[in-house]
Amino acid sequence: MLNSILSGDYPRSRPLAILLGLVLIGLAFAPFLFPGSQPLNVAAKICVFVILVASYDLLLGYTGIVSFAHTMFYGIGGYGVAIAMYNFSATWPALGIGIVIALILAILLALLIGLFSLRVRAIFFAMITLAVASAFAILASQLNEITGGEDGRSYRIPEMLRPAFRLFDDPVLGVNINGRILTYYLIFFSALFLFLLALRVVNSPFGRVLQAIRENDFRAEALGYRVVVYRSIANCLSAGMATLAGVLMALWLRYTGPDTTLSFAIMIDILLMVVIGGMGTLYGAVLGAAIFILAQNYLQVLMGQFSGMLESAGIPLLPNLFHADRWLLWLGILFVLSVYFFPVGIVGKLRQLRK
Amino acid sequence: MTAVAGNTASTTLPKVRVDYLPVLLVPILMLVALPLVGSFSTWVTLTVAALAMGMMIFLMASGLTLVFGLMDVLNFGHGVFISFGAYVSLIALGPLAGWVESTNLWLNVGALLACILVAMLVTGALGYAFERVVIRPVYGQHLKQILITMGGMIVAEQMIHVIWGASPIPLRLPEGLRGAIVIGDAAMEKYRVIAVVLGLLVFGVMHLILNRTKLGLLIRAGVENAEMVEALGYRIRRLFVGVFIAGSALAGLGGVLWAFYRQTLTAGMGMEVNVLIFIVIIIGGLGSVGGCFIGAILVALVANYTGFLAPKLALGSSILLMVLILLWRPQGLYPVAKR
Repeated sequence: MLNSILSGDYPRSRPLAILLGLVLIGLAFAPFLFPGSQPLNVAAKICVFVILVASYDLLLGYTGIVSFAHTMFYGIGGYGVAIAMYNFSATWPALGIGIVIALILAILLALLIGLFSLRVRAIFFAMITLAVASAFAILASQLNEITGGEDGRSYRIPEMLRPAFRLFDDPVLGVNINGRILTYYLIFFSALFLFLLALRVVNSPFGRVLQAIRENDFRAEALGYRVVVYRSIANCLSAGMATLAGVLMALWLRYTGPDTTLSFAIMIDILLMVVIGGMGTLYGAVLGAAIFILAQNYLQVLMGQFSGMLESAGIPLLPNLFHADRWLLWLGILFVLSVYFFPVGIVGKLRQLRK
Repeated sequence: MTAVAGNTASTTLPKVRVDYLPVLLVPILMLVALPLVGSFSTWVTLTVAALAMGMMIFLMASGLTLVFGLMDVLNFGHGVFISFGAYVSLIALGPLAGWVESTNLWLNVGALLACILVAMLVTGALGYAFERVVIRPVYGQHLKQILITMGGMIVAEQMIHVIWGASPIPLRLPEGLRGAIVIGDAAMEKYRVIAVVLGLLVFGVMHLILNRTKLGLLIRAGVENAEMVEALGYRIRRLFVGVFIAGSALAGLGGVLWAFYRQTLTAGMGMEVNVLIFIVIIIGGLGSVGGCFIGAILVALVANYTGFLAPKLALGSSILLMVLILLWRPQGLYPVAKR
């Protein structure tokens, strides 16, 4: 049973299994364990980013290609929902149409970019995706009539998912089951399903070929696998998953704008999460996303306090280094160090502990 | 670089045929744009502005393309040198505030040159450190290179925030360089003219060094076939470090010019142009300085003309240009051998 759910890909390390279990339990019971809107926000963000990072890992960790267009697909998902909800109606059919159109658009775009640049070398693909993604971001912020420009779009979502909706009259375990919590569980279970699906993909014969291409594309080609075809399929799969992550985020935020979906900062966040969690293993995406987003939300407070302490002690420059907005500096240093010293990431380190 | 024909005594050597087609693209593009723009004076203004922009992009991109050609290292953090160069010029501007506000043109130009000098020195040193710390451990591993230079960029960008603060800083052009020269109906901003002159000067010097000195010969040979140069007894590594430092310094120079052009400093400014720079070096052919020069001018021309004719397409136009050129020549305008 467990074997088929996890596609035979066990954590293979007790501390890792415990950590993953903690994350799973924490996310599954988030509304009951951590009441309040801020923790629920963090939990929903972790769910979405687990999918986004896992889909990126499919490219970076499993196939060995670097793309900078991942936020573009994420954004297409977000805008798909936003445009459908804003221009038509806040109903389920409209939502479905929005998602389908976004998926088709994203996969077509991924295919086009892939066919154009995946034939050449990895570095070429990285540059082309960077260029296309930034052009797309500018396009989205300039097409005022469709996307709402820089301001983005706020919209209503189907009634069941709105905060005012009540599933039961009485609270369950002391918590009112409102539309917000329903949305959270929609996101949680979609994310869980997509994650297990991704696990299925990377542990299939197809996933094996991807890893072969990562290790030695020339040899994979010689063994009779069309490298371009496999890379393109991986690219499209990953784009599709990123699009769905964007859809989930759009449902949670009830707002889509360039800063929350298309900005380069999010791309950098994804990179950091993949590398810190561990490339080439989907469990890395879970840990990376969870740690990073917790740090993003709670480390800042700590750093702010520390910086305040230093400032009152009268030390120059150091308060700036620990300023609450400078948390990316420290994660960046962690990122560089982890690429050098433990490219296997947290998951890889935990797995090595056993040996 | 295709114009390789030697000027030495060996006159019997067959000359390499110079490939003029990409060069011709530039005047053709200008001529095509003239009727589209309509008025001649507007066209002159646009063209001068585009040339200035092209020169700045070329300055920023040339180092990157050489570094890639020579050592197969693509530095995604190249934009950092641009931002740093721009911010460092603040150090020079501090004590030279009087020169900036003075009405004496020579003092104004002096202030600009001082900024450039300081910026080049600092970014050159920074380039050396970057090569040492960030890039050296990951030679030959593309994936790690991309990741690590990206990480270096994040850290360096945050350091700019730490040192100079997070808010954008306004930058004033020296007094005498503001305003425009008006010839007939066509207005050309003075600063842009200066940028064109500076850019041409640097390109000229670079061209001479690459084509007329032994150092340049080694660099070009290294781009074509690094192993062979090494086998002949030259230390390609040392050469590479030198090129990396020079490339970083040029990025710093470009950064100063770019900052005065935009008149505001933001830590992300380098990363923003990085996209354009990548497009330019892909168009030019990875590793080719001549291609980079033509590519920069083409991109700037197309961007400026479309910016005037259809403003919403401005950045999309560069991508379209790239796609068209790659359809024509899949390896870029001037393909470098074995790439």
